[in-house]
Amino acid sequence: MFDNMTSFNTTIAAPAVDTSKVLRNTYSLLAMTLIFSALMAGLSVMMQMPPFTYLLSVGGSMLLMWFVLPKTANSAKGVGVVFAITGLLGFGLGPVLTNYLSLPNGGQIVATAFGGTGVIFLGLSAYALTTRKDFSFMGGFLMAGMLMVLVAALANIFLELPLMSVVISSVVILIMSGFILYDTSRMIHGGETNYLLMTVGLYLSIFNIFVSLLQLLGFASGDE
Amino acid sequence: MDIWMKVGSALLLGAMIIYLWPRAKIMMQESPKGSSDDWKTASIALLGVIGFVILLMMAV
Repeated sequence: MFDNMTSFNTTIAAPAVDTSKVLRNTYSLLAMTLIFSALMAGLSVMMQMPPFTYLLSVGGSMLLMWFVLPKTANSAKGVGVVFAITGLLGFGLGPVLTNYLSLPNGGQIVATAFGGTGVIFLGLSAYALTTRKDFSFMGGFLMAGMLMVLVAALANIFLELPLMSVVISSVVILIMSGFILYDTSRMIHGGETNYLLMTVGLYLSIFNIFVSLLQLLGFASGDE
Repeated sequence: MDIWMKVGSALLLGAMIIYLWPRAKIMMQESPKGSSDDWKTASIALLGVIGFVILLMMAV
Protein backbone atom coordinates (compact mmCIF):
# COMPACT_ATOMS: atom_id res chain seq x y z
CA MET A 1 0.00 0.00 0.00
CA PHE A 2 1.76 2.99 -1.29
CA ASP A 3 0.75 5.54 -3.71
CA ASN A 4 1.07 8.65 -5.71
CA MET A 5 4.66 9.25 -4.86
CA THR A 6 5.02 10.56 -8.33
CA SER A 7 1.84 12.40 -9.04
CA PHE A 8 2.57 15.45 -6.97
CA ASN A 9 6.23 16.02 -7.47
CA THR A 10 6.62 17.41 -10.95
CA THR A 11 4.72 19.70 -13.16
CA ILE A 12 6.56 19.69 -16.42
CA ALA A 13 6.43 23.06 -18.11
CA ALA A 14 4.80 22.64 -21.48
CA PRO A 15 2.48 25.57 -22.02
CA ALA A 16 0.94 24.58 -25.32
CA VAL A 17 0.31 20.93 -24.52
CA ASP A 18 -3.10 19.75 -25.61
CA THR A 19 -4.84 18.17 -22.61
CA SER A 20 -6.67 15.67 -24.81
CA LYS A 21 -3.27 14.45 -26.03
CA VAL A 22 -2.12 13.97 -22.43
CA LEU A 23 -5.31 12.07 -21.68
CA ARG A 24 -4.98 9.89 -24.76
CA ASN A 25 -1.31 9.09 -24.15
CA THR A 26 -1.90 8.40 -20.47
CA TYR A 27 -4.82 6.03 -21.04
CA SER A 28 -3.03 4.22 -23.90
CA LEU A 29 0.10 3.66 -21.82
CA LEU A 30 -2.00 2.76 -18.76
CA ALA A 31 -3.85 0.09 -20.75
CA MET A 32 -0.57 -1.38 -22.00
CA THR A 33 1.05 -1.38 -18.55
CA LEU A 34 -2.02 -3.02 -17.01
CA ILE A 35 -1.89 -5.82 -19.59
CA PHE A 36 1.87 -6.21 -19.06
CA SER A 37 1.39 -6.19 -15.30
CA ALA A 38 -1.33 -8.87 -15.53
CA LEU A 39 0.99 -11.03 -17.66
CA MET A 40 3.77 -10.65 -15.09
CA ALA A 41 1.35 -11.53 -12.29
CA GLY A 42 0.29 -14.65 -14.22
CA LEU A 43 3.92 -15.62 -14.72
CA SER A 44 4.60 -15.15 -11.02
CA VAL A 45 1.61 -17.35 -10.12
CA MET A 46 2.79 -20.07 -12.52
CA MET A 47 6.29 -19.92 -11.04
CA GLN A 48 4.80 -20.23 -7.51
CA MET A 49 6.94 -17.36 -6.24
CA PRO A 50 7.47 -17.19 -2.45
CA PRO A 51 5.74 -14.49 -0.32
CA PHE A 52 8.79 -12.24 0.05
CA THR A 53 8.64 -11.65 -3.72
CA TYR A 54 5.93 -9.09 -2.97
CA LEU A 55 8.18 -7.11 -0.63
CA LEU A 56 11.15 -7.22 -2.99
CA SER A 57 9.02 -6.14 -5.95
CA VAL A 58 7.40 -3.27 -4.07
CA GLY A 59 10.81 -2.17 -2.73
CA GLY A 60 12.36 -2.33 -6.20
CA SER A 61 9.51 -0.42 -7.81
CA MET A 62 9.69 2.24 -5.07
CA LEU A 63 13.38 2.78 -5.77
CA LEU A 64 12.64 3.14 -9.49
CA MET A 65 9.79 5.56 -8.78
CA TRP A 66 11.77 7.72 -6.40
CA PHE A 67 15.22 7.79 -7.97
CA VAL A 68 14.99 6.76 -11.64
CA LEU A 69 11.61 7.92 -12.95
CA PRO A 70 12.05 11.62 -12.03
CA LYS A 71 15.30 11.67 -14.06
CA THR A 72 13.88 9.85 -17.09
CA ALA A 73 10.29 11.12 -17.18
CA ASN A 74 11.05 13.55 -19.98
CA SER A 75 12.85 11.09 -22.24
CA ALA A 76 12.04 7.92 -24.18
CA LYS A 77 13.84 5.90 -21.47
CA GLY A 78 10.99 6.85 -19.15
CA VAL A 79 8.60 4.51 -21.00
CA GLY A 80 10.91 1.58 -20.20
CA VAL A 81 11.08 2.68 -16.56
CA VAL A 82 7.26 2.81 -16.38
CA PHE A 83 7.05 -0.74 -17.76
CA ALA A 84 9.74 -1.87 -15.29
CA ILE A 85 7.80 -0.37 -12.36
CA THR A 86 4.44 -1.82 -13.37
CA GLY A 87 5.96 -5.17 -14.38
CA LEU A 88 7.70 -5.47 -11.01
CA LEU A 89 4.51 -4.64 -9.14
CA GLY A 90 2.55 -7.14 -11.24
CA PHE A 91 5.16 -9.82 -10.60
CA GLY A 92 4.98 -9.05 -6.87
CA LEU A 93 1.23 -9.69 -6.92
CA GLY A 94 1.86 -13.35 -7.80
CA PRO A 95 2.22 -14.72 -4.24
CA VAL A 96 -0.81 -12.67 -3.10
CA LEU A 97 -2.94 -14.11 -5.91
CA THR A 98 -1.62 -17.63 -5.26
CA ASN A 99 -2.69 -17.25 -1.64
CA TYR A 100 -6.23 -16.15 -2.58
CA LEU A 101 -6.60 -18.70 -5.37
CA SER A 102 -5.88 -21.48 -2.88
CA LEU A 103 -9.03 -20.56 -0.92
CA PRO A 104 -12.29 -22.47 -1.61
CA ASN A 105 -13.89 -19.50 -3.41
CA GLY A 106 -10.57 -17.84 -4.26
CA GLY A 107 -11.28 -17.65 -7.98
CA GLN A 108 -14.50 -15.76 -7.32
CA ILE A 109 -12.75 -13.35 -4.91
CA VAL A 110 -9.97 -12.57 -7.39
CA ALA A 111 -12.40 -12.16 -10.30
CA THR A 112 -14.71 -9.91 -8.24
CA ALA A 113 -11.78 -7.76 -7.06
CA PHE A 114 -10.54 -7.49 -10.64
CA GLY A 115 -13.94 -6.52 -12.04
CA GLY A 116 -14.70 -4.24 -9.09
CA THR A 117 -11.42 -2.36 -9.51
CA GLY A 118 -12.20 -1.87 -13.20
CA VAL A 119 -15.68 -0.52 -12.46
CA ILE A 120 -14.37 1.86 -9.76
CA PHE A 121 -11.61 3.21 -12.03
CA LEU A 122 -13.82 3.62 -15.09
CA GLY A 123 -16.67 5.11 -13.05
CA LEU A 124 -14.48 7.69 -11.29
CA SER A 125 -12.62 8.59 -14.48
CA ALA A 126 -15.90 9.08 -16.33
CA TYR A 127 -17.20 11.18 -13.42
CA ALA A 128 -14.14 13.45 -13.44
CA LEU A 129 -14.14 13.70 -17.24
CA THR A 130 -17.83 14.49 -17.59
CA THR A 131 -18.17 16.93 -14.67
CA ARG A 132 -14.80 18.55 -15.62
CA LYS A 133 -14.63 19.64 -12.00
CA ASP A 134 -11.26 20.74 -10.62
CA PHE A 135 -10.46 18.33 -7.77
CA SER A 136 -7.07 19.93 -6.96
CA PHE A 137 -8.47 21.03 -3.58
CA MET A 138 -8.35 17.37 -2.49
CA GLY A 139 -4.54 17.14 -2.72
CA GLY A 140 -3.64 18.09 0.86
CA PHE A 141 -6.51 16.05 2.32
CA LEU A 142 -5.52 12.95 0.33
CA MET A 143 -1.85 13.21 1.29
CA ALA A 144 -2.70 13.68 4.98
CA GLY A 145 -4.98 10.64 4.79
CA MET A 146 -2.29 8.66 3.02
CA LEU A 147 0.26 9.41 5.72
CA MET A 148 -2.20 8.44 8.47
CA VAL A 149 -2.92 5.15 6.71
CA LEU A 150 0.79 4.39 6.36
CA VAL A 151 1.34 5.01 10.08
CA ALA A 152 -1.68 2.83 10.95
CA ALA A 153 -0.46 0.06 8.62
CA LEU A 154 3.00 0.25 10.19
CA ALA A 155 1.49 -0.14 13.66
CA ASN A 156 -0.74 -3.00 12.52
CA ILE A 157 2.22 -5.05 11.28
CA PHE A 158 3.01 -5.66 14.93
CA LEU A 159 -0.50 -5.34 16.44
CA GLU A 160 -2.02 -7.78 13.91
CA LEU A 161 -5.60 -6.64 14.51
CA PRO A 162 -7.88 -8.08 11.78
CA LEU A 163 -10.50 -5.34 12.19
CA MET A 164 -7.82 -2.67 11.81
CA SER A 165 -6.70 -4.35 8.57
CA VAL A 166 -10.25 -4.09 7.26
CA VAL A 167 -10.48 -0.42 8.25
CA ILE A 168 -7.10 0.31 6.63
CA SER A 169 -8.12 -1.45 3.39
CA SER A 170 -11.40 0.48 3.30
CA VAL A 171 -9.67 3.81 3.83
CA VAL A 172 -7.05 2.95 1.19
CA ILE A 173 -9.83 2.33 -1.36
CA LEU A 174 -11.36 5.71 -0.54
CA ILE A 175 -8.04 7.56 -0.69
CA MET A 176 -7.04 5.91 -3.97
CA SER A 177 -10.48 6.72 -5.39
CA GLY A 178 -9.84 10.33 -4.38
CA PHE A 179 -6.45 10.20 -6.12
CA ILE A 180 -8.13 8.97 -9.33
CA LEU A 181 -10.42 12.03 -9.27
CA TYR A 182 -7.49 14.29 -8.36
CA ASP A 183 -5.13 12.93 -11.06
CA THR A 184 -7.80 12.88 -13.78
CA SER A 185 -8.78 16.46 -13.02
CA ARG A 186 -5.10 17.48 -13.09
CA MET A 187 -4.83 16.09 -16.61
CA ILE A 188 -8.01 17.90 -17.70
CA HIS A 189 -6.97 21.22 -16.21
CA GLY A 190 -3.34 21.07 -17.30
CA GLY A 191 -1.90 20.62 -13.80
CA GLU A 192 0.18 17.72 -15.06
CA THR A 193 1.33 17.37 -18.63
CA ASN A 194 3.76 14.48 -18.29
CA TYR A 195 1.84 11.34 -19.28
CA LEU A 196 4.49 9.00 -17.85
CA LEU A 197 4.05 10.41 -14.34
CA MET A 198 0.27 10.38 -14.76
CA THR A 199 0.33 6.74 -15.90
CA VAL A 200 2.33 5.66 -12.85
CA GLY A 201 0.08 7.70 -10.54
CA LEU A 202 -3.11 6.16 -11.94
CA TYR A 203 -1.54 2.68 -12.07
CA LEU A 204 -0.66 2.90 -8.36
CA SER A 205 -4.22 3.92 -7.50
CA ILE A 206 -5.61 0.95 -9.45
CA PHE A 207 -3.03 -1.43 -7.94
CA ASN A 208 -3.82 -0.33 -4.39
CA ILE A 209 -7.59 -0.52 -4.93
CA PHE A 210 -7.21 -4.06 -6.30
CA VAL A 211 -5.05 -5.29 -3.39
CA SER A 212 -7.31 -3.65 -0.77
CA LEU A 213 -10.45 -4.97 -2.44
CA LEU A 214 -8.96 -8.48 -2.42
CA GLN A 215 -8.43 -8.16 1.31
CA LEU A 216 -11.93 -6.83 1.98
CA LEU A 217 -13.58 -9.52 -0.16
CA GLY A 218 -11.48 -12.22 1.51
CA PHE A 219 -12.63 -10.90 4.89
CA ALA A 220 -16.27 -10.70 3.76
CA SER A 221 -16.27 -14.26 2.50
CA GLY A 222 -14.90 -15.46 5.84
CA ASP A 223 -11.65 -16.76 4.40
CA GLU A 224 -9.34 -14.25 6.09
CA MET B 1 3.54 -13.29 9.24
CA ASP B 2 7.15 -14.38 9.32
CA ILE B 3 9.37 -12.07 11.42
CA TRP B 4 11.53 -11.13 8.42
CA MET B 5 8.44 -10.28 6.40
CA LYS B 6 7.33 -8.05 9.30
CA VAL B 7 10.70 -6.34 9.46
CA GLY B 8 10.78 -5.90 5.68
CA SER B 9 7.22 -4.51 5.58
CA ALA B 10 7.98 -2.14 8.46
CA LEU B 11 11.13 -0.89 6.70
CA LEU B 12 9.20 -0.32 3.46
CA LEU B 13 6.38 1.54 5.19
CA GLY B 14 8.87 3.56 7.25
CA ALA B 15 10.74 4.54 4.08
CA MET B 16 7.47 5.59 2.44
CA ILE B 17 6.54 7.77 5.43
CA ILE B 18 10.00 9.42 5.49
CA TYR B 19 9.92 9.98 1.71
CA LEU B 20 6.36 11.26 1.59
CA TRP B 21 6.38 13.48 4.68
CA PRO B 22 8.10 16.60 3.22
CA ARG B 23 6.04 16.37 0.02
CA ALA B 24 2.84 15.85 1.96
CA LYS B 25 3.62 18.92 4.08
CA ILE B 26 4.03 21.07 0.97
CA MET B 27 0.84 19.69 -0.56
CA MET B 28 -1.13 20.29 2.63
CA GLN B 29 0.09 23.89 2.77
CA GLU B 30 -0.29 24.71 -0.90
CA SER B 31 -3.51 22.92 -1.82
CA PRO B 32 -6.31 25.29 -2.79
CA LYS B 33 -9.30 25.32 -0.44
CA GLY B 34 -12.43 23.66 -1.77
CA SER B 35 -15.89 25.15 -1.42
CA SER B 36 -18.73 23.14 0.12
CA ASP B 37 -20.01 22.56 -3.41
CA ASP B 38 -16.60 21.14 -4.42
CA TRP B 39 -16.61 18.75 -1.48
CA LYS B 40 -20.19 17.75 -2.25
CA THR B 41 -19.20 16.78 -5.80
CA ALA B 42 -16.28 14.70 -4.52
CA SER B 43 -18.38 13.13 -1.75
CA ILE B 44 -21.01 11.92 -4.23
CA ALA B 45 -18.35 9.97 -6.13
CA LEU B 46 -16.75 8.56 -2.98
CA LEU B 47 -20.13 7.56 -1.53
CA GLY B 48 -20.77 5.74 -4.79
CA VAL B 49 -17.52 3.83 -4.29
CA ILE B 50 -18.47 2.94 -0.69
CA GLY B 51 -21.88 1.66 -1.82
CA PHE B 52 -20.34 -0.36 -4.63
CA VAL B 53 -17.72 -1.97 -2.34
CA ILE B 54 -20.44 -2.93 0.17
CA LEU B 55 -22.38 -4.50 -2.70
CA LEU B 56 -19.32 -6.50 -3.77
CA MET B 57 -18.70 -7.65 -0.19
CA MET B 58 -22.28 -8.88 0.04
CA ALA B 59 -21.95 -10.68 -3.29
CA VAL B 60 -19.01 -12.94 -2.36
